[in-house]
Amino acid sequence: MKRRTLLAAALAATALAGPLNAQDPVTVGFIYVGPIGDGGWTYEHNKGRLAVEEHFGDAVTTIFQESVPEGADAERAMTQMALSGADLIFTTSFGYMDATIATAEKFPDVKFEHATGFKRADNVSTYSARFYEGRAAQGHIAGKMTESNIVGYIASFPIPEVIRGINAAYLHASRVNPDVEFKIVWVYTWFDPAKEADAATALIEQGADVVLQHTDSTAPQAAAAEAEGVITFGQASDMYQFAPLPRVSSIIDDWAPYYIARTQAVIDGTWQSEDTWDGIAEGMVAIGEITDAVPADVKAEAEAMIEAMRAKEYHPFTGPINRQDGSVWLADGEVADDGTLLGMDFYIEGIEGEIPN
Amino acid sequence: MDLSSINPVLLLASLMVAATPILLAAIGELVVEKAGVLNLGVEGMMITGAICGFAVAVESGSPALGFLGAALGSALLSLVFAFLTQVLMSNQVATGLALTLFGLGISSLMGQGYVGIKPPGTPDLDLPVLSDLPVLGPILFSHDLVVYLSLGLVAGVWYGLNRTRAGLILRAVGENHDAAHALGYRVTLIRTAAIAFGGACAGLGGAYLSLVRVPQWTDGMTAGAGWIALAIVVFASWKAGRVLLGAYLFGGIAVLQLNLQAAGARVPVELLSMSPYLVTIAVLVIMSADRSRAALNAPAALGRSFHAAR
Repeated sequence: MKRRTLLAAALAATALAGPLNAQDPVTVGFIYVGPIGDGGWTYEHNKGRLAVEEHFGDAVTTIFQESVPEGADAERAMTQMALSGADLIFTTSFGYMDATIATAEKFPDVKFEHATGFKRADNVSTYSARFYEGRAAQGHIAGKMTESNIVGYIASFPIPEVIRGINAAYLHASRVNPDVEFKIVWVYTWFDPAKEADAATALIEQGADVVLQHTDSTAPQAAAAEAEGVITFGQASDMYQFAPLPRVSSIIDDWAPYYIARTQAVIDGTWQSEDTWDGIAEGMVAIGEITDAVPADVKAEAEAMIEAMRAKEYHPFTGPINRQDGSVWLADGEVADDGTLLGMDFYIEGIEGEIPN
Repeated sequence: MDLSSINPVLLLASLMVAATPILLAAIGELVVEKAGVLNLGVEGMMITGAICGFAVAVESGSPALGFLGAALGSALLSLVFAFLTQVLMSNQVATGLALTLFGLGISSLMGQGYVGIKPPGTPDLDLPVLSDLPVLGPILFSHDLVVYLSLGLVAGVWYGLNRTRAGLILRAVGENHDAAHALGYRVTLIRTAAIAFGGACAGLGGAYLSLVRVPQWTDGMTAGAGWIALAIVVFASWKAGRVLLGAYLFGGIAVLQLNLQAAGARVPVELLSMSPYLVTIAVLVIMSADRSRAALNAPAALGRSFHAAR
């Protein structure tokens, strides 16, 4: 009896509440590969989500799921999100690519946006940022500042995005310092603070005095702070808490304008499957403050390079550049095309070691 | 490939640091399982310890208090498990899994205000003469106190389990709780104490991650270390000495593979990463090949609920 009363009351309440939100808000979902408190990649995507909430107010509700593993679990999470009424879903890691396509097939009315991938469909867009522009500036500073001539690089997965970053950094480091050597460690994870810290420690113990990371946590920064005379760069987020040393600059991903624009497109009904790849010029990539730990002339050179990229006067991959095996990739003055960059699966000349597959 | 860039002394020293969290958690879980309780919540307890220790250390400025807080916090969490499984007789596997999920959630909640903060440094032991010894100094005499504490715990647990009356009683409870009960031992109480001890150890392990090894707080920072600790207990066939071996093996391979990569060795990363698990599987196969030996190793009442009336 009691339960029935309760049910009736609940039903009445729903009926009453119904007309209040007659205008159905657009629901935007986010799938994150790490926790929102990682201080890096996912943290910035979540900042974008919060910006969407603030911009649209009651017109949009956002939902998210964090620490979703890449693989079969991702499809389950996306399906769940689509079933619970999401109109637009951002899947924010490269490894979600196939799961995004598969889920999108099942839900033709739901719009999907996959970060850093290259597979699209009628209801799947892709978007990414030209992080390699930031890597070029990092490489320049690293090449100038290293004293041991050993630069450590914590790489996550051997995918084009990561390889592009390594190439861009090496290219610009070796241009200002021909003796520079890159030691690359593949950790096969986006987020594992303990492993990232161990990788940084291993690199530092082997003589690296610059550590670049392509993983999401701030652990390598903390490991570098323990050692003396090592510099690092914030990845995906500013990581300013480690400035002025070891963090001397950073690459910051700013997703907010893009997320707001795409949500607006869904509200307006103008959403189309697109491929967006923006960089410093469009504001999707920002370079965090270069601290005073960097000598003034190096800082000025790096800033000049950043400004040239902002004005689209300089492309980080401008020839002459050879592939690792010595064959010519770009002739003098030739600029890399986006297709090659998006599928980059080779090191440039001078980098030692092989890309694992 | 340039293997000479790997400094074996530094490698051994980092290996010990890398292995300490899983060693602490595994030695605690060993005692729990010896008492006949399977607590799969190690991961949850570790991460709760990580944030409890971190928060206490940051607020008080003392890493020692932080470790104490971590042990207490995780022990408290493990008592929830003890209450559910020992008093309410819930299924241990399901409750343990729930404990992991709960621990991950509550640590994330507690850690909201602690992202991006630096904890106070834990000082390394600096013995005037010993730390300066050429090879042994960096390996044996220049760590922080927790590394030595973990080694001491292993020795203590070995001695306690095998050489004391209390250890005998604990093992009796784990082998045959009905017989132990008939002899007048308080099975539930003993098991609860073991669970709390396991929780405290897992908490110390978690705090070692957040205060020394990483050192900072991030959500989900244990990233599966608790599960490895569980695997090590099985790998060690419930023997304290082998837990030490197992933890250093797992920790060692993790550090070694990163160092090999940095040195440019052409060994497939995947092979090195999975080698500790392969070894665990091999050990399990060898153990279970001989039924009588397998029965000797695993506590007979592992995972079984005890009720005095039955």
